[in-house]
Amino acid sequence: MSTKDSQGQLWEVFIQANPGIPHKHAGSVHATDKEMALQNARDLYTRRSEGTSIWVVPSAAIVASAPEDSGMLFDPSNDKPYRHPTFYVMPEGAKNI
Amino acid sequence: MTKQEALFSYTLRLGDNALILGHRLSEWSSKGPLLEEDIAMTNMALDLIGRADAMLKYAAQVEGKGRTEDDLAYKRGERQFLCNLIVQLPNGDFGYTIARQLIMSAFDICLYEELVKSKDETIAAISAKAVKEVKYHLKFATDWTLRLGDGTEESHQRIQKSFNDIWMYTGELFEMNEVDAILIKEGIAVDLNSLKARWKKIMTEVLLEATLTVPADTYMQTGSRKGVHTESLGYILAEMQYLQRAYPDAKW
Repeated sequence: MSTKDSQGQLWEVFIQANPGIPHKHAGSVHATDKEMALQNARDLYTRRSEGTSIWVVPSAAIVASAPEDSGMLFDPSNDKPYRHPTFYVMPEGAKNI
Repeated sequence: MTKQEALFSYTLRLGDNALILGHRLSEWSSKGPLLEEDIAMTNMALDLIGRADAMLKYAAQVEGKGRTEDDLAYKRGERQFLCNLIVQLPNGDFGYTIARQLIMSAFDICLYEELVKSKDETIAAISAKAVKEVKYHLKFATDWTLRLGDGTEESHQRIQKSFNDIWMYTGELFEMNEVDAILIKEGIAVDLNSLKARWKKIMTEVLLEATLTVPADTYMQTGSRKGVHTESLGYILAEMQYLQRAYPDAKW
């Protein structure tokens, strides 16, 4: 992280839109501590009733894959369409499987 | 004074406090120390202006003279406003705004948690919504008081000075007049004396945890219950009411 940033640490924000569904990445906020990160996330990302739950995670704690590794990581699955459930007929009335 | 006149005055008092404090917080728009705080302040401003809207709408209805909440907000003169002096004070630095917000949010939580039990259904309903909002405002102001009070040498000194300077405006929050006497008897209003101990407890706990000193209750400012305000209120109204004064009945 840049040492020139005077706005505090960067935190990633995850919002759960409805109970039971996964938390989704919504964006990031600046904050100097976890309480402030949670409050800032609430003020920035749930003002229009977007959420029922918030997670904040220090951006520095996220381990990300490197762009140059994407060939090794993701290409091998390109030729394995049988891993997708696309050969099944969707039962009538089911919205998700 | 009739019960109706008392209720009109009381709802104006509650509405005006929310309106003017909301206006002050809205002045932080684009000027916060961090983008995130900028939005936090204007979020609280919106909560307060929403409460003012509901309260003034009810005030207009109680008055029964065909005025609307907008008439009450934009077409009353300074002497007709009944907000406390403390909400009119200029924002100062961020710490000063936080000090004022802690004092007001602590007062509001004490007030609205009692007003939820008001025999006036509209006041009770507005209060129920206000309690949720104020809980958050109080948490926000508490956390920032702790950060600034127990922060650096400079932040500690500056927020301590803010509390010292602002303290003389806190006595007035608990002043009562004929309006309160009439409405307390009806089970509509709250005896403000009964809130004082809890308010003081909240303030003392937060300030001590923030390594700050609770200022002594010495001289207290007064006037707003009679419509005698700080010079700041005139400037606020000049800005807030400009459009309606320059272009009467202008609509979006």
